[in-house]
Amino acid sequence: MTQVIATTPGLFPLPDWAKDELADLKGHQKTDLISGDESGEVVAAYDKAREEVISVQQDAGLDRIVEGQLRWDDMLAHPLAVHDSVETKGIVRYYDNNNFYREPVVQGDLSADGGDVAADLGAAADHVDSGLQAVLPGPYSLADLATDEHYGDDAAFLDAIADFLVEEVNAFPDVETLFLLEPSLVENAPADGEDERAAAAIDAVASAADAEVVAHTYWGAIEEKAYAHLMDADVDAIGFDLVANHDQTVYNVQEYGTKDNVALGVVNGQNTLVESPETIRDRIDWFEQQTNTAYDTVYATANTETFYLPVNKFEDKLKALANAADLEAAEA
Amino acid sequence: MTGPRDQFKPADHPNDHFLLTTVVGSYPKPKWHDRARELFEDEDADFGAEEWEESKDDASRLITHEHERAGLDVICDGEMRRNEMVEYFAHRIDGYEFNGRVKVWGHNYFDKPSVADEVEYGEQWLVEEFEFTDEVAERPVKVPITGPYTLANWSFNEVYDSEEQLAYELADLVNEEIEALVEAGARYIQIDEPALATTPDDHAIVGECLERIVDEIPDDVRLGLHVCYGDYSRIYPEILDYPVHEYDLELANGDYDQLDVFKEHEFTKDFAMGVLDAHTAEVESVEEIKENIKKGLEVVPPERLTVSPDCGVKLLPREVARGKMENMVQAAREIEEELDAGEIDVVASGAEAHADD
Repeated sequence: MTQVIATTPGLFPLPDWAKDELADLKGHQKTDLISGDESGEVVAAYDKAREEVISVQQDAGLDRIVEGQLRWDDMLAHPLAVHDSVETKGIVRYYDNNNFYREPVVQGDLSADGGDVAADLGAAADHVDSGLQAVLPGPYSLADLATDEHYGDDAAFLDAIADFLVEEVNAFPDVETLFLLEPSLVENAPADGEDERAAAAIDAVASAADAEVVAHTYWGAIEEKAYAHLMDADVDAIGFDLVANHDQTVYNVQEYGTKDNVALGVVNGQNTLVESPETIRDRIDWFEQQTNTAYDTVYATANTETFYLPVNKFEDKLKALANAADLEAAEA
Repeated sequence: MTGPRDQFKPADHPNDHFLLTTVVGSYPKPKWHDRARELFEDEDADFGAEEWEESKDDASRLITHEHERAGLDVICDGEMRRNEMVEYFAHRIDGYEFNGRVKVWGHNYFDKPSVADEVEYGEQWLVEEFEFTDEVAERPVKVPITGPYTLANWSFNEVYDSEEQLAYELADLVNEEIEALVEAGARYIQIDEPALATTPDDHAIVGECLERIVDEIPDDVRLGLHVCYGDYSRIYPEILDYPVHEYDLELANGDYDQLDVFKEHEFTKDFAMGVLDAHTAEVESVEEIKENIKKGLEVVPPERLTVSPDCGVKLLPREVARGKMENMVQAAREIEEELDAGEIDVVASGAEAHADD
């Protein structure tokens, strides 16, 4: 019998009070964004907001709890944006969205100075008894979002990013699950050769984690060949965006198979229309039927990060995901 | 279709040549008007709907006259009654709802509305704004209106199968509003589509929206399209096929690095070129603006050049915005004099161009 685990890819919207308080404390300009050496007041505001979004997830009944990535002003580029060897430059568009982040330009060695993500996760661990989930950008996406002025070679840069993420994972507290977010595998598909290296880099980061690892893709279906390579990475599940493209995803899985577990983006992280638990459950059942597989575990998740949503709809969607997982349990 | 332009030339225009000077729309709000909004939104304050209406009227009159004193040929009221370019309209269209702010970048947020039901024309959008401004103004009034593509693209769509379908539904509502504006006497309408710059592949959708917008609008109504902050090479020359007279484009911000895009293919419509940067707080000198205007003359002849800022100037300090307007008008008048005197070579061909040129 398939176990449905309700979770999210993190990167939550800030609670509305925190939007105001942090804008007042930090400012509105690009030089005011997170640097890794925030003042005590800013740290306190984020601590309070983190506790709040943890409670929201627990109250909703989610099976996995993320720390919310509320400090990630630069979205998935955050781990580099706070790195000492990285200069943040102008504001650039975040994938195809009406959102922007500071372009991180890597100007020195990435091996030292990790632990920023692990520290936030440690702060979350104090409030989460079970089901803590870590979130990181996958190495391919993080490299894609950044500019390299130090390593001088795409393959070396990707390796360095993977090593940097491995260091970050090594500093983690105990976590149940790790989501590696890899939208660039869809949005900026790797070329020949690069696809194999991307999978190897994901494998390296996943292997460092003492947790279930999900390599989650979104904003469409991953290209066939890149998917075939991704299957070589030793992850516990691959995540698919069923909202953006379910047909190509089903084809990939029919053609190349998938892991014993799967993550399914069944709730739209970029639209305020709230899916019912029944709709969510139908989408999961549909995928299982189409791929003719009963998975050990299905991670039912929003397809994308959820900071695109206003807080009320974001919270409604968390409840819908949790209720969808319960619905399944009730029928079992 | 290069448009009914002469109606906007003032009777006492001093020069033979006429470079139409105008604005894109928004202007800094007077501090007392911002304070009035705060009081109106404060439930504890003794400041009601009547006082708020009076504040909007006063601000509208003040900025309309400020534009006239700057010498602009076509003016507007600086959008004193509007808060934001999508929110303002979404509040007036049935079918929209607001759920809260979402991040754009850093700690900059936008109250992004949701289309939660089929969109329908609700209360009037801009007719009262136009009637008031037209009443207090001596110069012709331009009406900027957010285009349907941008209204669709910057909303959550909970109802329609596609964003394209939502944009067409909204285009029909914009058409209805423009018909009402024309009925009220408006003769210069500017459709703002900044979202086109970020999703240039959708230029055909914007074209279809415009076809719906212009349906049954009389020929003597001048229609402009404003686009800003994008890669114009991805939409030009395709946009020349749109059923509008004029394209209002931001170019000063990028120091005219995209000007060549418009020279590679003949610019067959009127060119409203940004000659002022809307996001620098220094007032450009008359000489500097004149050099910018001359760049416009590399694209179109004087009778098809409109002179305006890059974009709405609401983020500037008010005295800076005023200084920019004044210098822009002076620069345009000086260029006209130099054109009259034959001191400027117009590079662009145009109405006089021959087939064998």
